[in-house]
Amino acid sequence: MAIVMDADRVSRSLTRIAHEILERNRGVENLALVGIRARGVPIAERLAAALKGLTGIDVPTGALDITLYRDDLMRHAVGPQPVIRRTEIPFSIDDRLILLVDDVLYTGRTIRAALDALIDFGRPKAIQLVALVDRGHRELPIRADYVGRNIPTSQQQSVQVRLVELDGRDEVEVEG
Amino acid sequence: MTTATTLRHRHLLGIRDLEPGEIDLILETALAMKEVGARPIKKVPTLRGRTVVNLFFEPSTRTRMSFELAEKRLSADTLGMTTAGSSVVKGETLGDTARTIEAMAPDMIVMRHASSGAPHQLARVCRASIINAGDGTHEHPTQALLDAFTIRERKGTLAGVRVAIIGDLIHSRVLRSNVWLLTKMGASVIACAPATLMPPGLRELGVAVTYDIDEAVKGADVIMMLRVQHERMHGLFLPSAREYFTYFGLTPARMERAAADAIVMHPGPMNRGVEIDSDVADGPWSVILDQVANGVAVRMAVLYLLAGGEGEG
Repeated sequence: MAIVMDADRVSRSLTRIAHEILERNRGVENLALVGIRARGVPIAERLAAALKGLTGIDVPTGALDITLYRDDLMRHAVGPQPVIRRTEIPFSIDDRLILLVDDVLYTGRTIRAALDALIDFGRPKAIQLVALVDRGHRELPIRADYVGRNIPTSQQQSVQVRLVELDGRDEVEVEG
Repeated sequence: MTTATTLRHRHLLGIRDLEPGEIDLILETALAMKEVGARPIKKVPTLRGRTVVNLFFEPSTRTRMSFELAEKRLSADTLGMTTAGSSVVKGETLGDTARTIEAMAPDMIVMRHASSGAPHQLARVCRASIINAGDGTHEHPTQALLDAFTIRERKGTLAGVRVAIIGDLIHSRVLRSNVWLLTKMGASVIACAPATLMPPGLRELGVAVTYDIDEAVKGADVIMMLRVQHERMHGLFLPSAREYFTYFGLTPARMERAAADAIVMHPGPMNRGVEIDSDVADGPWSVILDQVANGVAVRMAVLYLLAGGEGEG
């Protein structure tokens, strides 16, 4: 159906978010980015590149697979299990400010799982949430600190984020 | 070969029933599970509320501990039964034991039994998923999977890898599971044993056969030593342990014929000085302790994958 963000818009949003991160945290000291697999990971890497461009400092970046923490895994033991990918957080999260990055914020259940997973790695100073798209319909008391674009949707629709790294092009489409 | 997205069956009874894509899925999942074991908190909530029964009708230390650790790392509730002190010594049949356990409605049963085919019998009675943790001289699928995981970790692939399997082959379920797995995944396998301990029919499975350890070791990338199983030998299989070591023991001198970066594996428990020299078991070639560590990750992967879909049976 409708392309709601094209490559330019995705790129401008991420640049703006990088600026907001700097402004809000007064620099990148003690920050780390953790992307939620799959599409949060390239977004986190792009934010790291943008922050490096602005400050010259490398912000450590990791990847989190939340499958083992999902709350719907064992609800219907009928479907196949989701494929698990590796979690790679090659730094200590203790006392760091973690920017948790995902492509679409929807019910909030993925973020709940990600928070549980992250906290098993240590005790961060704080966790802030970055989402490229916030489509509403929260089922848990969770909100993003940085949002690329708020897109009103119905629950029947689906939101597809496509990224060059995984899908060959950058765009966000609302389907259905 | 493409990686499968799910296992077709809800039990893991043997490697024979698995397709290459399913083996690949288990090994890929195990890679993610291994990372969990490297975390400060080595536990994830995945199988919370699931019950796993460990039924060990035969002595086992490492397999039982490895399964228990895998279950606990996935937050499953576990309970164990070993034959000593159980109703089995009071004469209960396997079928009755199975029905009793079934009445407690576990989600999964991990089973080790001295009789080949015992887990298959259980699978016909129980609604739970059955994982074969070794049945008689038939199969030991999770051992073959952890061996494959360890080989892939060291060699990057299984395809084209030259594997020598040496030792008491006729009594070995580890051999059988490994032969199924390695041939399915494109490795080349050479089996070596004294004639009294060589099972028939290996050539039909695509395995080369030799009675000369030096020929087996020559050019091998992986040397898998199997234990001499005195407890299964009811008869004259070997003149003596010392003679066995002379002709079939793996020594540093024999390792010189192997590939330069060859690795040595052993499913344990080892008989030092019978099938393997201590200098090899503790030497630079040895990945024996990696096998133990990888066993937990592979069993976590199997438990996770079987906890999901209702396969076709």
